[in-house]
Amino acid sequence: MDAPLVETKDLTRTFGDFTAVDHVSLRVERGEIFGFLGPNGAGKTTTINILCTLLKPTSGQARVCGLDVVRQQSQVRQRIGLVFQDPSLDDRLTAWDNLLFHAYVYNVPRNERKPRMESILRMVELWERRNNQVKTFSGGMKRRLEIARGLLHHPRLLFLDEPTLGLDPQSRAHIWQYLHQLRKEEDITIFLTTHYMEEAENAHRIAIIDHGRIVALDTPGELKKKVSADIVTIKTSDDKKASEEIETRFGIHANGAAQASAPGSANEGISLEVPNGHEFVPRLVSGLSTPVISVSVRRPTLEDVFLKLTGRELRDSDLTGKDIMREHMRMFSRPGGRRHG
Amino acid sequence: MASLSSIYIFWYREVLRIWRDKIRVVGSLAMPLLWLLVFGAGFSRLVQVGPGVDFAKFMFPGIVGMTVLMTSFMSGVSIVWERELGFLKEVLVAPVPRSTIVIGKALGSATVSMFQGSLVLGLAPLLGVKLTPMLVFKLWPLMALVALTSSALGILVASRMKSMEGFQLIMQATIMPMLFLSGVFFPVNSLPPWMGLIVKVNPITYAVDAIRQVALAGEAALQDVASVPWRVTVYQHTMTVLQDTLVVVAFGIVMGGLAVWSFGRQD
Repeated sequence: MDAPLVETKDLTRTFGDFTAVDHVSLRVERGEIFGFLGPNGAGKTTTINILCTLLKPTSGQARVCGLDVVRQQSQVRQRIGLVFQDPSLDDRLTAWDNLLFHAYVYNVPRNERKPRMESILRMVELWERRNNQVKTFSGGMKRRLEIARGLLHHPRLLFLDEPTLGLDPQSRAHIWQYLHQLRKEEDITIFLTTHYMEEAENAHRIAIIDHGRIVALDTPGELKKKVSADIVTIKTSDDKKASEEIETRFGIHANGAAQASAPGSANEGISLEVPNGHEFVPRLVSGLSTPVISVSVRRPTLEDVFLKLTGRELRDSDLTGKDIMREHMRMFSRPGGRRHG
Repeated sequence: MASLSSIYIFWYREVLRIWRDKIRVVGSLAMPLLWLLVFGAGFSRLVQVGPGVDFAKFMFPGIVGMTVLMTSFMSGVSIVWERELGFLKEVLVAPVPRSTIVIGKALGSATVSMFQGSLVLGLAPLLGVKLTPMLVFKLWPLMALVALTSSALGILVASRMKSMEGFQLIMQATIMPMLFLSGVFFPVNSLPPWMGLIVKVNPITYAVDAIRQVALAGEAALQDVASVPWRVTVYQHTMTVLQDTLVVVAFGIVMGGLAVWSFGRQD
């Protein structure tokens, strides 16, 4: 059995009074795609920055590829590939020059440099564009180039910090297609952060992080089992009354009832977890005195798991103005991001 | 070995960027040309700097120095821009000693600014300055020294700056006053005492003085060295080229050390 590629023990990082990462302990095994899922500001990037030796932990230990991230900084750096959340290419240089720069800085042996650069550019389908300045690339192409660059020096572990943030769904699917292919061909382990549920589904195991703490760690399938049943969403003319009725008559606690009680949000609907949704719906509808507007039944998603574990939605969990602006900047700084994969 | 290849690639990137942006090279020659032709011609009638040497001729070596200084400073300071674009992150996580980044960057900046400075040197015949190949060979090491020093200064400033916002202010507070108070544009010995003091504390004064002494060494009117009116004097002592150079070397070593230290500390 190989040693784990990432191993942390009680990893903690504080910024003044704020604890960004709080006693995080985890292991990432070889060949795995490990997902770090959480809302903005949950501590994902801080954790990655510590693992990449960019930030020192306040306490606790972290080993990457068997090496200590504080004491063996440059050895760790040599063995990992990094794709940052924000673009980090030199726009005025060509794709080729960007890779060449990386090859030198990461000591790729001279006779391997060019063949390696060619094969990796072909793999991400940018070979034809190698002599174009990066500023002419679309958002998806830049991302692909960054992934290619991150892999150039044969790292054993690839860190992807929000790899598809700011990209349209089509480019996003495209990127994942490459990542799966690369993982197979290059035998690498992927450590990924995301706040997109669909993206987390690509991972073999997922750690859900909230307020710097890991609240759950398991396979997507097992995590979904935590929400043991189907999700029934029901809209009524008076959700507050309906949820009280459900509580007394069926003994089921309804999510979303709290919001329903707030004025002006009566039509958001309430959701219930029930073991056998389809059979429950007829009983539910006939058992309610409140008029029902609509009912739907679906299988649980990671979104539901997140809601259950943290008590809030992943998507709209407090995006600050700065985050929103950054998203905008990203859209503008990746011209043509919607045109190509 | 690994350090050498890292220095090489940082140097190469600096040179490559200029190569890919040739219009900027031509554009950056506009300023020195403007100074030389417009101010040179405009002030030549008004300002007498010495026998046989008109104002344009006097200013020419200063403009060469200024070009080298500004180009290499801007190149060093471009780290701020790289931080803004995100590219600096790729640089900072690289498994290479930070000092090799500073050295490579400074050498690249120096190369680029030497090239620009040499283009300005090519204007010598236009102003009637007699440059021989021998003199050019003497000028190049001086220019290289000035370039390395000011790119180190640029890197030092940039490593302390987190955003582009303070950029204009920094330019106005550091490099511009240093240029204006250095003898690029006027002889420094007959200045009001307060100004003379600042000028003589300013290391650029000595860089300009050295370049001027060498560049104008071919002028027939200046063969009697003692009578040259603009040589920099400190406590009645007239600085020689060697002494000027030593001042710049000392300043350069301090700046280079500070740049390596400061750049290495940031995260």
